[in-house]
Amino acid sequence: MTGADEPPGPGSGPPAKPEKAEPRPGTESEKAEDGPQAPGEAGKGEVPSATSRKPLSQLSDMLRPRLTRGQLAGGLLSLVFGFAIVTQVQANSHDTKFATARQDELVGILSDLTQRSERLRGDLRDLENTKAGLERDARGQTALEEARRRADDYGLLAGTVPAQGPGVEITVTDPRRAVRAANLLDALEELRDAGAEVVQIGDVRAGVDTYFADGPEGVLADGRFLPPPYRILAIGDPHTMATALGIPGGVVRTLRGLGAEVTVTPRARMTVSAVRSG
Amino acid sequence: MIALIGLIAGVVLGLVFHPGVPLWLQPYLPIAIVAALDAMFGGVRARLEGVFDEKTFVVSFVGNAILAALIVFLGDQLGVGSQLSTGVVVVLGVRIFSNAAAIRRKLFGA
Repeated sequence: MTGADEPPGPGSGPPAKPEKAEPRPGTESEKAEDGPQAPGEAGKGEVPSATSRKPLSQLSDMLRPRLTRGQLAGGLLSLVFGFAIVTQVQANSHDTKFATARQDELVGILSDLTQRSERLRGDLRDLENTKAGLERDARGQTALEEARRRADDYGLLAGTVPAQGPGVEITVTDPRRAVRAANLLDALEELRDAGAEVVQIGDVRAGVDTYFADGPEGVLADGRFLPPPYRILAIGDPHTMATALGIPGGVVRTLRGLGAEVTVTPRARMTVSAVRSG
Repeated sequence: MIALIGLIAGVVLGLVFHPGVPLWLQPYLPIAIVAALDAMFGGVRARLEGVFDEKTFVVSFVGNAILAALIVFLGDQLGVGSQLSTGVVVVLGVRIFSNAAAIRRKLFGA
């Protein structure tokens, strides 16, 4: 029963040595050129005949399946080999970004992410508070407060309401009249970069569309003449803004290079009273 | 032939199961693979020259792979892991090329 089911492979044949079993597959898939050499191979082994043969028949001889233990071991090793190659290639194809990053870069990325998630968590808490308030609120009191608060925020940003808070006061005296509109624009941009929320230059409240121009008798801001000395009030984090203005090659250095005298005074509380009509 | 089938089966298995490389093995697997590649080429060359011996092949395959990984491991412990792995890859690469040249000479006579 079992003998009929199994294919007549060399392993199931008579208990011969593996070398003796070799000509057996030849009866099934023998090539014409292998014919005359097969008997010699069976007796003396393949070593002398393999070297004397033509390359192509050598190759086909190599590819002929023989079920010896060594062949099986080779096949098994090849299997492991192919498996390892594919595994390694696949492992290599993703996450190359972090695998090649150095330790300090990774630490930087990690602390960045931590900060961001902290901030987002804070936002989430605020929004959930607002949501809970709105849900509890029957007469629209919280919604009204929220809307008012938002109107205040937007008013501050747009420059339509006066503002109070900590900030810096910057005074620029310009005895040589060398300060141009571009310098004041630089100062304003630097303050905005440093997180200034409300800025007033002279008596002009800076908004999103504030512009500076060089006029015949001095600098114009939003079309209004700015007489020196220029006084800039900026509400925001005083320390950050003072640092940003004072960096080497920054605004303060440039203005001093033009012969202007610059003083930056941090203030715990100051009022920006100028408003924009729009 | 069986080796070829095994190779294909291994690739297919790897594609199907999509395994991850364990962390402790990550620096050493590429080197072991290069060493195994060298053993493969060496085996084909020996077979073509008629001096193929299964026992030698199996032992050199396993032994070289383990030895290469061990060298890199030792290099890692000594703090010269990347340099040493470069060196191992260079040596094995030279061997692979010389084996490939021998195979080519045998097969095509050129």
